Amino acid sequence: MTVVNTFHGRPDDRGHFGLYGGRYVAETLMPLIYEVEKAYDEARADPAFAEEFARYLKHYVGRPSPIYFAERLTERYGGARVYFKRDELNHTGAHKINNTLGQILLARRMGKTRIIAETGAGQHGVATATVCALFGMQCVVYMGATDIARQSPNVFRMKLLGAEVRPVTAGTQTLKDAMNEALRDWVSNVHDTYYLIGTVAGPHPYPAMVRDFQSVIGQEVREQIVDLAGRLPDVLVACIGGGSNALGLFHPFLDDIAIRMIGVEAAGRGIATGEHCASLTAGKPGVLHGNRTYLLQTRDGQIRDGHSIAAGLDYPGVGPEHAWLRDSGRVEYVSVTDDEAMEAFQLCSRVEGIIPALEPAHALAHVGHVAGRLSQDDIIVMNMCGRGDKDVFTAAAHLGIEL
Amino acid sequence: MSSDNRIVRRFTALAKERRGGLVTFITAGDPDLGTSMAILRGLPKAGADLIEIGMPFSDPMADGPAVQASSLRALKAGQTLKRTIGMVAALRSSDNETPIILMGYYNPIYVFGVKAFVAEARKAGVDGLIIVDLPPEECTELLAPARAAGIDLIFLVAPTTDDRRLPAVLSHARGFLYYVSITGVTGTASPAIGDVGDAVSRLRHHTKLPIAVGFGIRSPDQAAAVASLADACVVGSALVSRIADHLDDQGQPRPGLTRSVLAFVGELSRSVRAAGRTAPA
Repeated sequence: MTVVNTFHGRPDDRGHFGLYGGRYVAETLMPLIYEVEKAYDEARADPAFAEEFARYLKHYVGRPSPIYFAERLTERYGGARVYFKRDELNHTGAHKINNTLGQILLARRMGKTRIIAETGAGQHGVATATVCALFGMQCVVYMGATDIARQSPNVFRMKLLGAEVRPVTAGTQTLKDAMNEALRDWVSNVHDTYYLIGTVAGPHPYPAMVRDFQSVIGQEVREQIVDLAGRLPDVLVACIGGGSNALGLFHPFLDDIAIRMIGVEAAGRGIATGEHCASLTAGKPGVLHGNRTYLLQTRDGQIRDGHSIAAGLDYPGVGPEHAWLRDSGRVEYVSVTDDEAMEAFQLCSRVEGIIPALEPAHALAHVGHVAGRLSQDDIIVMNMCGRGDKDVFTAAAHLGIEL
Repeated sequence: MSSDNRIVRRFTALAKERRGGLVTFITAGDPDLGTSMAILRGLPKAGADLIEIGMPFSDPMADGPAVQASSLRALKAGQTLKRTIGMVAALRSSDNETPIILMGYYNPIYVFGVKAFVAEARKAGVDGLIIVDLPPEECTELLAPARAAGIDLIFLVAPTTDDRRLPAVLSHARGFLYYVSITGVTGTASPAIGDVGDAVSRLRHHTKLPIAVGFGIRSPDQAAAVASLADACVVGSALVSRIADHLDDQGQPRPGLTRSVLAFVGELSRSVRAAGRTAPA
């Protein structure tokens, strides 16, 4: 592991996490991302902003989310004690709303009236449409035409919430193309529009800002686990698409060097098949969507589309801070296949009465791999970052069941 | 750096002719290598004063539908960065005077290896680079090797680039400045000529570099109006759309594609030449 004094304090003032991060956007957008950065710096220093954010998190989102000792799974795995951070119990059913709430409060401070967002599975789109409804803002969500076809319940939810869902037919018609299209919208609507990015990626200051808003997860865990188990955990586990729920859990613990952290990527049909979304495991550094990070790409530097049964993990990149944490060795990154995630999805439903989203089912599958090898005194905290209602059709199809 | 490169020589000649120049953009390998090469070879004679060649990328986030589609066509036909550089080398066997600028996104260059790319580009006869997602803040790792090779890094200035930010952009700029005439992506809205005039005068207060204006210039009349105000106008999406118009249902070029594209360049060029130039302050 690289010897550093602290894993906090990054990015540097140019938005770099070591080699990664930065501001790789067209000139038209540069003044806009500086404007966001300045507004965020001011908001961060303003106690009134923190107070407003905390108030909405408590009364609207329902925070703090509980921490829960998964006793029957613990017995089954026969090793470490397994705890879930229950972020699936948030309003809208996932961690995504922590970030959309923080950013919409910022957009309001900036006097913006129109919000744009990209979405893959639709979870970030729903969380964005929700806060736009809450504050009466115009909301446009870009979504790949392929994703619209396979995530129709979320498309309808966004429309109910008053958002306009714009199908993206460019490129491969998935999340990366939705992000390209959102950037094109922003270039074309520079005055009134705020781009509400859904994960710890994009140009500086987004990776750091989204991490900060999601860090409420780890901050709560620090207090809750001490109350419940008497001490800090030994292992933290979270799934990684762009990586926002994982960084939210990990970040407040990065300098607790004794705590092991594991990020779980989607191995899809298996790393060897090439049909996966494991950019940290099997990708190479490159530049996309405003930052340098690990990417799924061809030898000629063209971006490849990934595959995962979990639409929320289906992104060819990953947040730049994860890229840096990988290289520095602070966080371990592993991958779990569709089939393993589906097994964990069913096991958790039957044994704990919690239907997890397919994304944290990946994290749980890996918890199953490590818990048995640890002692009964060890504590694992896994972020249950989303609930599985949205996935029942996908899961049924995978199991060959017609609904 | 070099006071005597093709870009400087071309803009000096244009100034002597008292006219603005025509910069044409096509995507390398669109719709296939052979057709693209035929178009490229014909451009100087058809009236292109400078040539921009797009390096296709899977995720061209600053481009509108026309250039996006051309990029995908080229990639589907097997275009690679190496082939694009090869096209420049091939053109240089018949034309050693027309400045050639490669335009695109950073990732393919980064993955190719910056040093190797610059070395091969120089050998092939590339004069300038426009890397859309590499603002001055992130350009260092490409700037130094490019300068050492005598290749100009050309920067974009947008309507959102205010006077506070402009010096940072200009401090790195070489060759010419590329003014993005609209807040938008390529090939969509067209600029108001009055706004272009104001923007060019503002930029002239800050730089002696020639100024090319692009994004949304589609017709010979627009080209002439813009070229007469600035030092050059850039036409891209309109040319690329001509290519798309001459493809059959299978995406194969129909007879007459190359001739039609070059005929359009001829129209643009005649219009630009006839307009002459409103002498800059």
